Amino acid sequence: MDYEFHWNIVFQNMPELLNGAFVTLHVSVLAMLLGVVIAILLAIAKMNNSKPFCYVATVWVEIARNTPALFQIYMAYFGLGAFGIHLSPYVAVLSALVFINAGYLTETFRGGFQSIPTTQYSASKSLGMTSIQAYRYIILPQMLRRIYHPMTNQFVWSILMSSLGILVGMSELSGTTQRLQSLSFRTLEFFIVAAVMYFIITKLVLFSSSLLARRLFKGEI
Amino acid sequence: MISVQNVHKSFGDLEVLKGVSLDVEKGEVVSIIGGSGSGKSTLLYCINAIEPINSGKILVDGVDVHAKETNKDKLRQKLGMVFQQWNSFPHMTVLENAALAPRIVKKMSKEEAIEIAKKELEHVGLGDKLDVYPTKMSGGQQQRLAIARALAMKPDYMLLDEVTSALDPELVGEVLDTLRLLAEEGMTMICVTHEMGFARDVSDRVAYFHQGVIAEIGEARQVITDPQNPLTQKFLSKVR
Repeated sequence: MDYEFHWNIVFQNMPELLNGAFVTLHVSVLAMLLGVVIAILLAIAKMNNSKPFCYVATVWVEIARNTPALFQIYMAYFGLGAFGIHLSPYVAVLSALVFINAGYLTETFRGGFQSIPTTQYSASKSLGMTSIQAYRYIILPQMLRRIYHPMTNQFVWSILMSSLGILVGMSELSGTTQRLQSLSFRTLEFFIVAAVMYFIITKLVLFSSSLLARRLFKGEI
Repeated sequence: MISVQNVHKSFGDLEVLKGVSLDVEKGEVVSIIGGSGSGKSTLLYCINAIEPINSGKILVDGVDVHAKETNKDKLRQKLGMVFQQWNSFPHMTVLENAALAPRIVKKMSKEEAIEIAKKELEHVGLGDKLDVYPTKMSGGQQQRLAIARALAMKPDYMLLDEVTSALDPELVGEVLDTLRLLAEEGMTMICVTHEMGFARDVSDRVAYFHQGVIAEIGEARQVITDPQNPLTQKFLSKVR
């Protein structure tokens, strides 16, 4: 093996890589937040008996969970583009990730909700609580404990999937890495560093989420 | 006073209460016995307005429980309820379980709620378990917690739905002792139970439910030891 590593060029471009990493984190956090909000609505719609809402939610979930993420991003960028709706790479990737996150999290929320016995609700009501109090203090806190880890996994997944942004020319960590390596031909060095940065980002997310869990759930999780 | 007047209740096509009437005076302990599916537990759920009724009337201190204008959440503060499957809140400590409702429903200060919760937990013998999570306790302890949690709301009535049925045999005694204590203190209780000894010794009256009606009701000792209705006789001969 006579490959010679040249790390200097990578370190010279560190500010740009860090900037890409920030965009990666940015788009994933936003995709997660929006995904959670939509997933709550979809989960309610799916558990609801009103047909049209339930239908929309089911179609959403089925498409999101059974087609490749790459396909979703292409649809958002090139597909909508064909209809004259031109999204920036950032918005295209963000919408695709929100779409998928919402699809997966809907099922997570629905499962979490249905795993809380209805007797917990009766017991709360029997103590004189209003429905809102029963959900606020009894049902939702228990549900949150159960779905916390699946939610964290979804977050990590969407950080890693945002690397597909490379395919539509988004300047997140992978896109930036791709551009810099093609300018310098130090492919291996740049991608090794990018991989390490992804690793650090996801580990940081997992670490802070377990810290948060400890605060929220008092070491119960 | 709780007054149940000719109550009918159906689940779909199945009529589980077929005209039940029962008056329970303040300070009285009434036990309800009967086979499974006879409507015993359903009656408690109807008194607490957790289940709606089809016809008839239930009055608690003169308030029509099922009337549209009745604030059911407010009414339930008077009616403590304990379930067969204790239903402790698993994400809260024993103390938090008991202090939550006084705090958020009665809007007591945190100190007041904790004080009242502690008192009721000591009352049922859980004074040393305040910071324990219920899932770490035995069924009997969890059931006593459920009793304390209901008592912390200072209810006027206690509705007990087969509170010992789901317990291991060796844990039944501690829960029944707690209920005995409450009865001695003058708490008004309606107990759906399969413990005939408890029904005989602790309650003032016993009602025997058969297929959605009260087949026999009378003084506790008399109904358990010398039932008049052949149906009651048959039931008691089977459970003994």
